[in-house]
Amino acid sequence: MSQGRENQPLIEIRGLRFKRGARVIFDGVDIDIPRGKVTAIMGPSGTGKTTLLRMIGGQLRPQAGRVTVDGQDVQALRRGELYALRKRMGMLFQSGALLTDLTVYDNVAFPLREHTKLPESMIRDLVLMKLQAVGLRGARDLMPSELSGGMARRVALARAIALDPMMIMYDEPFTGLDPISKGAVVELIRKINVALEVTSIIVSHDVRETTAISDYIYVLSDGKVMGHGPPRTLLESDAPWVRQFMQGLPDGPVPFHYPASDYAADLLAGPG
Amino acid sequence: MLTWLARLGRAGLSFFERLGRGHLFLMQVLAGVPGLLLRPRLVIQQIYSVGVLSLVIIVVSGLFVGMVLGLQGYNTLADFGAAESLGVMVALSLVRELGPVVTALLFGGRAGSALTAEIGLMKATEQLSGMEMMAVDPLRRVIAPRFVAGVIAMPLLAAIFSAVGVIGGYFVGVGLLGVDDGAFWSQMQARVDWNKDVINGVIKSLAFGLVATWIAVYEGYDATPTAEGVSRATTRTVVHTALAVLGLDFVLTALMFGE
Ligand SMILES: Nc1ncnc2c1ncn2[C@@H]1O[C@H](COP(=O)(O)OP(=O)(O)OP(=O)(O)O)[C@@H](O)[C@H]1O
Ligand SMILES: [Mg+2]
Repeated sequence: MSQGRENQPLIEIRGLRFKRGARVIFDGVDIDIPRGKVTAIMGPSGTGKTTLLRMIGGQLRPQAGRVTVDGQDVQALRRGELYALRKRMGMLFQSGALLTDLTVYDNVAFPLREHTKLPESMIRDLVLMKLQAVGLRGARDLMPSELSGGMARRVALARAIALDPMMIMYDEPFTGLDPISKGAVVELIRKINVALEVTSIIVSHDVRETTAISDYIYVLSDGKVMGHGPPRTLLESDAPWVRQFMQGLPDGPVPFHYPASDYAADLLAGPG
Repeated sequence: MLTWLARLGRAGLSFFERLGRGHLFLMQVLAGVPGLLLRPRLVIQQIYSVGVLSLVIIVVSGLFVGMVLGLQGYNTLADFGAAESLGVMVALSLVRELGPVVTALLFGGRAGSALTAEIGLMKATEQLSGMEMMAVDPLRRVIAPRFVAGVIAMPLLAAIFSAVGVIGGYFVGVGLLGVDDGAFWSQMQARVDWNKDVINGVIKSLAFGLVATWIAVYEGYDATPTAEGVSRATTRTVVHTALAVLGLDFVLTALMFGE
């Protein structure tokens, strides 16, 4: 890493525009993700948080705008360069995305075996270290189908850190977990952020957990950044939208309904 | 009338679009094949799941098809006093036609549908996407080994089918109906030509293996990533494989045995 980049954000997103069919997902989004910090991207379901992570990873292309990761314009990279960059990114999928035909151990070993020529004894040490870090060394022989949701996510986390990436993207790390597992995951993310000195990006709509661990938060909705700042500032924000989201009020500037035609007219119209 | 035409046009366009995407996909998969030379284990594992697991259905079907050929062939040939030629008839039918074709149809139903479902589910559960994010190309890591395994396994399965079929014909013809043992084998040896019959049969089964596996992995990779999408893709694999194999069989037969 060159000296000059140290103080620059690891990820810069500028003027991002993206449409799926007629639906505008991003309409001019600017985001900076600083190095070594925990940055959260929040927003209601369906705003395109997962889509944003896929753009950072180069799996989707925006129609306009730029995503720069560690000084490299992701959209301009050639295949080989993109794959080289991805080796330095860890991503935790919403579903875990473990390979169902491999054991927990082999899942964590997978990126190591694919990308390094390490001897099996060294791989074993590394895998056990990563599994120990997420507290699942004892579960190494289980198959993914034998894991609970929380365990699967921790295994996926162990796999995401297997190659010691420079950044980790967490897609909804807290949803569907019981309070204890949630707490454990919060702890883990913090611990990994500090111990491995990685940049963490958390995508979530769990306000409590997210504000507890992030250094900086962006709130997205309707294709725009509605607000950003440190957790405390956002929690105390008077902007009506941000207030509604952060405090979980059912109605406000954000409608409860997906855009639709007039309700009464719809009912009267009948089928066809 | 106009809407009907429009619908026909749209169906045609989407058919050709799929065909085009299928070819691009095949090119990408083939590009991943040389890399497999360094990792033969990936292919061997897949040959096991594609080939070995299809073995039972292939052997059982081969046996019955051979036995039926023995019965039917005997009835016809005996009328002409040519019952000793039963061995030739059974062997030629199997090696030239039934071996490759029936094996390919069974292969599509057993291994092809399983491939589609497996790959489609991997897509639906974000395993393929997850691999991409780990900088592992699923086309090379997941699709290419399965493709190669299918192409290798099909001719072997077809050969086993034919061999077992001949044995089935022998049981019925020689064992039950009393055809002369020596004549059964010696006529077969004399009349089945290595180049014209066996090699052509092998070419057929290779071609069918290629098409059947291509359809199976493409349908899986292209499946809509939902439960319904995967189930539809699986059905399409079986149907398209059957149609493609039978159509291709006519073309190949015309080319090989046409004159
Ligand atoms: N493959 C797709 N094809 C068409 N539209 C899609 C596709 N994937 C997502 N979308 C649409 O893009 C929008 C953003 O989806 P995305 O998955 O990024 O949302 P999200 O913010 O991650 O939501 P959640 O919090 O529920 O995970 C959604 O409105 C969805 O309808
Ligand atoms: Mg999401």
